[in-house]
Amino acid sequence: MSRLRLSGISRSFGAIQALDGVSLELAPGEVMGLMGDNGAGKSTLVKIIAGNYRPSKGEIRIDDKPVEFHRPIDAQRAGIEIVHQNLALCDHLTAASNVFLGREPMKRFGPIRVIDYDTMRSTSAGLFARLKSETRPRDVVRRMSGGQRQAVAIARTLLSEARIVLLDEPTAAISVRQVAEVLDLIRNLRDHGISVILISHRMPDVFAVADTIAVLRRGNLVAAKRAADSSPEEVTGLITGAIEYA
Amino acid sequence: MTDTLEQVIGRAQHRSSWSRVANLQVFWVFIAAVLACVALSFMTDGFATQRNLFNVARNFAFVAIIAIGMTTVIASGGIDLSVGSIVVLTAMVISVLMEGGYSFWLSAIAALGVALVVGAINGTLIAYAGMPAFVITLGMLSAARSAAMVLSNNKMIYQFGPDHDLLLWIGGGSTFGLPHPLFALIALTVVMTVVYRWTRWGQYVFAIGSNEEAATLTGIAVKRIKVTIYMFSAFTAGLAGILMAGWLGSVTTNLGTAMELTVIAAAVIGGANLNGGEGTAIGAVVGALLIEVIRNSLILLGISTFWQGMFIGTFIVVAVSFDRIRHRQN
Ligand SMILES: Nc1ncnc2c1ncn2[C@@H]1O[C@H](COP(=O)(O)OP(=O)(O)O)[C@@H](O)[C@H]1O
Ligand SMILES: [Mg+2]
Repeated sequence: MSRLRLSGISRSFGAIQALDGVSLELAPGEVMGLMGDNGAGKSTLVKIIAGNYRPSKGEIRIDDKPVEFHRPIDAQRAGIEIVHQNLALCDHLTAASNVFLGREPMKRFGPIRVIDYDTMRSTSAGLFARLKSETRPRDVVRRMSGGQRQAVAIARTLLSEARIVLLDEPTAAISVRQVAEVLDLIRNLRDHGISVILISHRMPDVFAVADTIAVLRRGNLVAAKRAADSSPEEVTGLITGAIEYA
Repeated sequence: MTDTLEQVIGRAQHRSSWSRVANLQVFWVFIAAVLACVALSFMTDGFATQRNLFNVARNFAFVAIIAIGMTTVIASGGIDLSVGSIVVLTAMVISVLMEGGYSFWLSAIAALGVALVVGAINGTLIAYAGMPAFVITLGMLSAARSAAMVLSNNKMIYQFGPDHDLLLWIGGGSTFGLPHPLFALIALTVVMTVVYRWTRWGQYVFAIGSNEEAATLTGIAVKRIKVTIYMFSAFTAGLAGILMAGWLGSVTTNLGTAMELTVIAAAVIGGANLNGGEGTAIGAVVGALLIEVIRNSLILLGISTFWQGMFIGTFIVVAVSFDRIRHRQN
């Protein structure tokens, strides 16, 4: 059984062919390192899986059933969560509001329904504790460190019972200690049977956690193989085009 | 262990509540307005009279009502330059209809309907066609005033049909010694303070202004909400237009001219961040109050009202630089 199967996914933006017939498979609890040069189409691919973009062509299957995502909420309902490249946080809102943004719990207050801040705070405090982060639910994101912002973004993915978590360059802008924390978190997700796609430019991070490696080059998938059967040298060659295909 | 950690966090949060208040721009603007009032009471005989305070309360209410709509737009990262023209258009719609014999309520609903349509046009062009808010609402500033001129044939209207007295009472009358526009303002302030904090719509206004891309990525219906934001702004302008028609007892096509600038000034002085993400209803009210107190004091002190713009301009710059300094500290 495959948790996620992409067949012939293409996507163009006007004249730009961002993805060209990408087919991939991800097993339950598998960590896939997705690599490629800037503009190779990595972010576009995970945004399609997360329902942010719709593919121009191709099919997505979850647990062998075809799915179609019109909006991010459709993908969330199917158990797919994403941490976007720029973290996609609202600087002026609190950590708790960011964790719940777009799916705030509501409570009845007489005839009207209002946002349930108590639940938001206690739930996100629990998530931050689970992530061993010192982030406080009431703090405004603008005043947070890179690591704390990362924790907020990752806490978002833990809100629901996620089955697939997509991480778009989660280790790009944080310190070495925080990178280790993020890698631990990825192992933690995997141990709970959650499948992970990790986009990263940092070769050591990818080889530290990934079971399989996929490489995109100018919208084409040029490799999808077990990490154990590959090497940083081979992946570098695939990314640059020195190696055509593997 | 977790308990003690949470206690520490809780204490850290409570300790700073005073510094949080002192950090609010609206707090200092309010202090400035109060100081100005106190000074004026001593310096002039005219300020602390019931008649003058009544006038101040009524005059600032019109600007403050629209400033709440403007604060919503600004907090979402936009701007609405068309509010002054929406004021005259709605005032003209209600006047023409009432002059034609329609009841106040029917005419008022029609006028507010026109305002909402204008707001929907603004919002749709901004959200769906992706045009800059500045350009669209600048165009509407011109178009809506022109529509008011066409509608009235550029004539003054001062006969409002069978409900004439009702209109004048609603816009110009008072109850419990308070002018009616003030009641509308208080209601709007309370409602919007609750809406900003406790509803999804309110949260999303600030989320969009803070990081529109993030709001879109989380699946918030950003475009639809933007349309409703401009509709709300137009609604507040329409409400003010109806009340102003009743207050003045006559409507001409230059009503509300340049009002958008005063309204934006009030919102910004009250802490609305032109980069989006920040603003409060009470801030808009306090900002409008400060502007009216300045205006009133210049008159009472016998200073030429030509100086008014200088003071308001200075306050805008001071308020915004205050905001900058505050952010640099953090
Ligand atoms: N929303 C968009 N509109 C137009 N072009 C886009 C958009 N998103 C991505 N692209 C283009 O698609 C290509 C792939 O981009 P992206 O998926 O962000 O690459 P990566 O994440 O691998 O750096 C690039 O050429 C980029 O300019
Ligand atoms: Mg990218």
